[in-house]
Amino acid sequence: MRGREAFAMALEALRVNRLRSTLTMLGVIIGVLAVVVLVSVGTGAKDAVEEQISGLGTNIILVVPGQLTVGAAPTQSRLSLADVAYLRRVVGDPAKVTVSLQSGETVRVGRTEAFVTVIGTDQSLTGIFERPLAKGRPLSETDVDTRRRVAVLGAEVATRMFGDVDPVGRQVSIAGARFRVVGVYATIGQTFGLSRDQEVHVPVTTAQRMLGVDRVNGLAVGASGPDEIEPLQRKVVDALTARYPGEKFSAVTQTQLLGTIGSVLGMLTGVLAAIAGISLLVGGVGVSNIMLVSVRERTREIGLRKALGARQRDVLAQFLIEAVLLTTIGGVIGIVLGVGGALAIRSFTEVPATITWWSIALAFGVSAAVGVFFGVAPARRAGRLDPVIALRAE
Amino acid sequence: MTSGERAPAIEAVDLTRRYQLEGVAVDALRGVSLRIGQGEFAAIVGPSGSGKSTLMHLLGCLDRPTSGVLRVNGVEMSGLSESRLAELRNRTIGFVFQSFHLLARTTALDNVALPLVYRGVGRSERRARAAAALEAVGLGHRLEHRPSQMSGGEQQRVAIARALVGEPKVLLADEPTGNLDTRNGAEVMAILDRLNADGGVAVVLVTHDQEIAACARRQIHVRDGLIELDTGSAR
Repeated sequence: MRGREAFAMALEALRVNRLRSTLTMLGVIIGVLAVVVLVSVGTGAKDAVEEQISGLGTNIILVVPGQLTVGAAPTQSRLSLADVAYLRRVVGDPAKVTVSLQSGETVRVGRTEAFVTVIGTDQSLTGIFERPLAKGRPLSETDVDTRRRVAVLGAEVATRMFGDVDPVGRQVSIAGARFRVVGVYATIGQTFGLSRDQEVHVPVTTAQRMLGVDRVNGLAVGASGPDEIEPLQRKVVDALTARYPGEKFSAVTQTQLLGTIGSVLGMLTGVLAAIAGISLLVGGVGVSNIMLVSVRERTREIGLRKALGARQRDVLAQFLIEAVLLTTIGGVIGIVLGVGGALAIRSFTEVPATITWWSIALAFGVSAAVGVFFGVAPARRAGRLDPVIALRAE
Repeated sequence: MTSGERAPAIEAVDLTRRYQLEGVAVDALRGVSLRIGQGEFAAIVGPSGSGKSTLMHLLGCLDRPTSGVLRVNGVEMSGLSESRLAELRNRTIGFVFQSFHLLARTTALDNVALPLVYRGVGRSERRARAAAALEAVGLGHRLEHRPSQMSGGEQQRVAIARALVGEPKVLLADEPTGNLDTRNGAEVMAILDRLNADGGVAVVLVTHDQEIAACARRQIHVRDGLIELDTGSAR
């Protein structure tokens, strides 16, 4: 028997039992749909995070005390402004080192109140991080040196507090103290789910006085090019370790951060795909089940075909092709629905779903493999039927 | 198969067939020797349980004997693999069953063409030969009908066309009139008789009905797994 004949026979059998074929396929459709959608959501999340990290700016080294690992609580900082000055001498360019001291505070204008992240920083920030201004000016060296009570607002804070009014030159109350708004940042979006448009930047010295501390949370050093990152990273850590013998400091670059987070999210995507894969497996069991029913129902037909000269492998091929057709047709429908679903998620929700070709190819390959794997046992049973017994079957 | 042309259609020597039914050995055939020449018309007659169905399954190469030698068209079957046996059935034997055994959702034409599918014959040739076979049994006007749209007599004629389409040496008909009324039964028997006379195909009729068996030129009576009476070959 030629392959085309076996194919035509299998297709005919599926067509005859249309409702049953559709329901059996549904299991595979749902499985493949889940694989495609979940993998694209996972991949999309990874892409988005990576984009956010690279959106911070380029060639940035973040310096924090202790050992930095994802998931571990940050070590209590002992870095102070004196260390910032020291690192500026080590790096050689004051504009390439900036500082941050963060605190959640209430901001108020008239009766409007909001809880925001107040970051104490200095004039070098805008030279290192990607932080375009929409209005006014950034923090200046004089602001820091003289502990001025001035603030630069994130785009969202500005809109929320002032609406359509230009905030530059107006007063804002931060943790009860009055500050003058000197600038407003342009909208930049989120990093790790935190809106960076909800930040308020004030001079680090002012922040220290307000919080009653003389430490800072962390430093950031800007390298002038990708080649400079690694030597600079080592230089900074060595300098700090020399100043504080026996203590650990970490300097991480975006690339390292990307690597760590990328692998975590990659794993997450894998877990999602595995869960979806289980539903595909369940769909496969359904195919196996229905094929067994089909073989039993068509026992007489199998007996007849054998009497007419069908060999074991002809009958086996017919049923195996039937099972594989069930799963691959289901697979294609699942892929179409999955791509549609991923596109819908992307356009109607905040979740970034990225459709990857490998997930589609994998879903199709797996559904075909499921057909072979779960179809082979019923097909062999059909092929091995004794024609005498099969012809007598009810 | 030049040797096959001269060899008898069926040659059985001391065939036995033993079944194990729930651990108990049952001897369905206890030593049957039989020779059916090319183009002969014979009836195997016997009551139910006589072993005639078992004999027919063996002659049709659907089953293998427990002992004994069986040659179909000169080919010794005992050494053949499953797929060679299937090929032998496909090329040498045509079956007609009591309950027709047509594929319900398939047209008469495609039902008849089915044996040729397993022979690897191309679609257009298949359809042409199937149409010719249906023409030969007087159903040239029913090619695209499904079994449910035809009478029992017509269905059995489709089954006969299917048995003939591969130009077999032997046509095995197992109670071919069992599910038909007298008129349709007579018509089916007339067709078998004509095919045997015109086409030279050996017809082996298996039946419990003496009246039907009388249509054949030779009667082989089977009882308790043995041949009780053989009216002998006319040739």
